[in-house]
Amino acid sequence: MQHENAVNSIRLFSGFTRGSVKLILRGNRAYWMWLAFLGVLIASGIAAYSAQVRIGLGLTAMRDQVSWGFYIGNFTFLVGVAAAAVVLVIPAYIYNWKPIREIVIYGELLAISAITMCLMFVLVDIGRPDRFWHLIPPFGLLNFPRSVLAWDVLVLNLYFLVNFVVVTHILFRAFHGKHYIKQLVVPMVLLSVPMAVGIHTVTAFLYNGLAARPYWNSSILAPQFLASAFCSGPAILLVVLQLLRRFTRFEIQDAAIWKIAELMAYAMFLNLFLHGAEAFKEFYSNTQHLLFTRYWYFGLGSHHTLVPYAWSAVALNLIAFALFISPRTRRNFILLNVGCLATYAGVYIEKGMGLIIPGLTPDTLGEIYEYYPTLTELRVAAGIFAVGFLLFTLMLKVAVPISLGEFMGRKEEELTVVKTPVLAGR
Amino acid sequence: MRRATAASAALVCGLATLGGLALLGADGIARPPSAPSTQERIEVPPPPFSDGIFPCSNCHSGMEVNRTRRELSDMHTDIVLKHDETHRWCLDCHDATNRDFLHLASGERVPFEESYRLCGQCHGEKYRDWRAGVHGRRTGNWNGAKGYLLCAHCHNPHQPRFHALAPKPAPRPPNRNISSK
Amino acid sequence: METRRLFLEAAAGAAAGMILTACGPKRLYEAPRDKLKARIAEMERKYKEEYGKQIKVSDQEPIPGVHFAYALDISRCIGCRRCVYACVAENNQSRDPQIHWIRVFEMEKEKGVDFSHGNPYYQPAEVPAEGHFYIPVGCQQCEDPPCTKVCPTGATWSEKDGIVVIDYDWCIGCRYCMAACPYGARHFNWTQPTIPEDEINPNTHYLGNRPRPKGVVEKCTFCIQRARQGRYPACVEVCPVGARKFGNLLDPDSEIRYIIEHKRVLVLKEELNTVPRFFYFYAT
Repeated sequence: MQHENAVNSIRLFSGFTRGSVKLILRGNRAYWMWLAFLGVLIASGIAAYSAQVRIGLGLTAMRDQVSWGFYIGNFTFLVGVAAAAVVLVIPAYIYNWKPIREIVIYGELLAISAITMCLMFVLVDIGRPDRFWHLIPPFGLLNFPRSVLAWDVLVLNLYFLVNFVVVTHILFRAFHGKHYIKQLVVPMVLLSVPMAVGIHTVTAFLYNGLAARPYWNSSILAPQFLASAFCSGPAILLVVLQLLRRFTRFEIQDAAIWKIAELMAYAMFLNLFLHGAEAFKEFYSNTQHLLFTRYWYFGLGSHHTLVPYAWSAVALNLIAFALFISPRTRRNFILLNVGCLATYAGVYIEKGMGLIIPGLTPDTLGEIYEYYPTLTELRVAAGIFAVGFLLFTLMLKVAVPISLGEFMGRKEEELTVVKTPVLAGR
Repeated sequence: MRRATAASAALVCGLATLGGLALLGADGIARPPSAPSTQERIEVPPPPFSDGIFPCSNCHSGMEVNRTRRELSDMHTDIVLKHDETHRWCLDCHDATNRDFLHLASGERVPFEESYRLCGQCHGEKYRDWRAGVHGRRTGNWNGAKGYLLCAHCHNPHQPRFHALAPKPAPRPPNRNISSK
Repeated sequence: METRRLFLEAAAGAAAGMILTACGPKRLYEAPRDKLKARIAEMERKYKEEYGKQIKVSDQEPIPGVHFAYALDISRCIGCRRCVYACVAENNQSRDPQIHWIRVFEMEKEKGVDFSHGNPYYQPAEVPAEGHFYIPVGCQQCEDPPCTKVCPTGATWSEKDGIVVIDYDWCIGCRYCMAACPYGARHFNWTQPTIPEDEINPNTHYLGNRPRPKGVVEKCTFCIQRARQGRYPACVEVCPVGARKFGNLLDPDSEIRYIIEHKRVLVLKEELNTVPRFFYFYAT
């Protein structure tokens, strides 16, 4: 009996897999051009990374004085994006707000893509990628619980697993015309809320715990990370959802979009407030720790590579906040999308390079080495982003038709069109 | 004159012949137990004499002793004294009647191998630190017997101030461009 | 239905197993001696192939009853950098890319010990330069090292004699320790290190100065290959003005104890509570 069930499940799952492959392989011209574009970036990234593996991390601009750079900056930003799925989950499930429930799954797809990119950025940043297994018990040795990086490895993988299981389950069930099992999905989705907060808090603690780096050794780093995460992640999602609404039969109420934008405004306010608090403390106390903040906003002596980026980030964040806080501008779809791009760009700058580089410049013994990425780093990063976008695209390509009920598997693998979406649950 | 290179080579001999050091000095001076008491003689490598200058008595045994403070014109004109030269001259350290020895302020003769006692008269703190192994260059073993050099092995007794050295090259500042290999 | 439950149970079991084994003992340097010796024999064979020289790799353990400490006399250092290059030669540091485990900072006497105004790139014709003094900085071999705390794979740890060491074959090169070190003491092999064959020091220690591969972190180890044989580190021996002192903190006779008890001693960044075992003092 159990054996029969197992065989049946395998058959069902392989049907789901084959159905997914079918969905991925059909698309219009725009779809294939998009994939080709991503493919080019990925190929370029692989070539650049091969050179980096061969010659060493010396191909980046990182040196002893600034030993972390573009890769880790992107990693930090993307952990925030992954955590942002929770912005959707909280109103959907905790406040039981139906218009958003349909789109929770897309937040989770975004989380999966973002975590994949995070793991890839870590992989390209370490000096010995062949020794990655040293992190994985029982083959390797994970310095848990002393090392915050060990915590990060665990929670990131766990969060990935939770999201992956939920999404696969929902789509698998929908593919076979069934609803997802609430007792399984809802607890996991609710679990993903503290987990999302957890992954970004742990990532913040990575920096926060280092007494050697006064710029990072600040108590507000964890709240600041969460605030900036909760505006940047949904920014991508809002754009994607509007695209889906335009190009597929996917439906989402305007109210849902506006609600998310409103939540982003509050998150951005918190982000700006915390930055302001940080600036006050540094400039008013005026200790030597001010050097790092000063380098970021004003430069030090003749060193001012990052100053334009600092003020661009400030401007972008302020613009985004203004556009999202007022319902009038929020409901104008042009301004809404401008706001989304501004949020994404602003947080990307201030949380990527704006966090890592000023934390390491000047270095612990006062030396200033101005870091900005090399072409190798840019190519590898672009390749990784392309992988993430590719993953997201392919997952959407499977998820949207299935969740719309447009694509289902039967015993003979016929395609069936069903009118009502099965994803809304009850 | 610093004869550090020769001194290092000779140090091996010093280490080998060094006996047990008295742990506690009866004079009650605060020092680590293994530092030699002021009565104890310390083994050192041979003093860094210029070639052929010692024994001094080869020339001086037959000479008349002239204790008048003056600038030398016949011999030893290469020595320019820059060591409290306003107040002291040669015979304040070198024994007038036997040039193979130095003498302390009390008149007691000390051989060149114990010249540290002479230096220690004025430079008491340095002397105390030197006995503890804290002043001066340290070679050999941290858990073995301590090796000592004479003051004169590093400091020219006539011009003790160290000359400035040319520094070794500065490190290369970090460069984002690496040489292609 | 059953398979789904089985899968979830298996996943939960795997996750729990991961977390449990993650808190296990540091088995790297608790490896049995014969395994370590086999690994070292293999290492020596590889070095012979790569460098054409017979390089000895020692696995000498800490001497019991020893806790190393270092003292540097700021009133005497003239900034000649002979310690830097003696260290490079003794410890097989890469010449290109250039790695120096010791960094000497020129400070102005007026400003005092202030690293925001220090200059490690000084190159006057003669040192000491007028109005300046010099502070060499290397690994402080802290009692509570921030670097060993953060290593995700446990590749760096404190030995019983106080030396903080790195297992170059276990380090994954994540450089978290470099971010954590307040003294800039750790260095990374950004590309393949190069050492001229005739300058290789063949007397090495497994945790010290054996030639390192690309992509790992390295730092001063108090010349572990010398210190565990009772000898002074290379920098102590070469210093022409006797500014460097080294010894066993647990030995009341040592120079180190004398210095701590009688001289004005300070440590860098004391407020960070790393409790360095590298002391700076003024002997005058």
